[in-house]
Amino acid sequence: MPDQTVARFEQVVLPHMDAAYNLARWLTRNDHDAEDLVQEAYLRAFKFFGSFHGANARSWLLTIVRNTCYTWFRENRSQELTTSFDEGIHSTEADPFDPEKLLMQSESGQLLKQALEDLPLEFREVLILRELEGLSYKEIAVIAGIPPGTVMSRLARARSRLKQCLTKLVNKE
Amino acid sequence: MNCTDIQVAIHGYMDGELDPLKNLEIEKHLQHCAVCSQSYKADQALQTAVKTGAQYFPASADLRKRIQSSVRQVGKSEPIFPVIPWRWLAVAASVAFVVILAWALIPSLYGVDAEQLVAQEVVSSHVRSLMVDHVADVMSSDQHTVKPWFTGKLDFSPPVKDLAKAGFPLVGGRLDYLDNRPVAALVYQRQNHLINLFIWPAPDDTHVNPRALMRQGYHLFHWSQSVMTYWAISDLNETALQEFVRLVQASP
Repeated sequence: MPDQTVARFEQVVLPHMDAAYNLARWLTRNDHDAEDLVQEAYLRAFKFFGSFHGANARSWLLTIVRNTCYTWFRENRSQELTTSFDEGIHSTEADPFDPEKLLMQSESGQLLKQALEDLPLEFREVLILRELEGLSYKEIAVIAGIPPGTVMSRLARARSRLKQCLTKLVNKE
Repeated sequence: MNCTDIQVAIHGYMDGELDPLKNLEIEKHLQHCAVCSQSYKADQALQTAVKTGAQYFPASADLRKRIQSSVRQVGKSEPIFPVIPWRWLAVAASVAFVVILAWALIPSLYGVDAEQLVAQEVVSSHVRSLMVDHVADVMSSDQHTVKPWFTGKLDFSPPVKDLAKAGFPLVGGRLDYLDNRPVAALVYQRQNHLINLFIWPAPDDTHVNPRALMRQGYHLFHWSQSVMTYWAISDLNETALQEFVRLVQASP
């Protein structure tokens, strides 16, 4: 019965709306697009709800959110999808990252936000899923559509890049 | 592990994603390497900074409402029984009646169709058995090993024949599912060609002489004897496969 389906969907999938919005907001970097994409993702999720049999509704929903965002990127901001992964993990920085210096800044939250938003999409996505959603490597691999073995190396690159960005920003202040 | 390995693995260590053995290796390395342990401290500080300092964006109450109502609307607009005028329903019913009648009558008018269906299943099963590299559940060239293997797995005992002397050694046997029932599949070999011989009980004791079919480049033979239905399939040439069929039929 459709009513039962709606009720079950509301019970199983709606509770994860914060996670969905947080991911979409960090990927798109603005409220308006994030809201539209989350709504679109939810309607898609409802349409395919019949094929969802797993226990992990959050991962399932986040996969749909992520794919909806990427489709949107391809259509609207394709330049952000081209990232070079060439640089090494440990680039020899002139200024090593100094966490103390960052935390001393009154605007450290703002600096972090800017540094994260400056990261390439692929890096930003794994960091948000790991640090803010606390997902396991296995879950991240499924959502980001990459082999489980790649999650760790991508996180290593992402964190190294984030350190560089932060160091630059902190020293500018 | 050297420092280069550690640079990546340290992230798995920090995230608690490594096995205990790897954890131990990394801890040992950190105790002795000042550079890596310095860098690890920075990584930890960064992680704490992101976890506690990066903004988490929750969904607004407005978005929540919007999504809930649009889901309910979609849920409502997809009724299971669409409303159709009675007149069309009557037309649909008579069409359905004819279709069902045809479905029920045609196979009995043309018994061949049932045979075609089974033939297709036999081809699929044969191809699949070669594809997944699993031709046999019991690998043995000994008929006295293969035949008892089926006991308890099937509700009949398939005749397993030794044709090695005639150039068709037995490879083994497996269970398969054809014509809506579990069947015995015997695998024989001729040089590099494999032959699948499917056997299951026939509906009656009629003796049916072998009929040859050709599907997707494979030769098939099927016949019935002694209350069993047989299907043989292979990429062997027709003459060789016919010889095989003759041997199966003739041997005691």
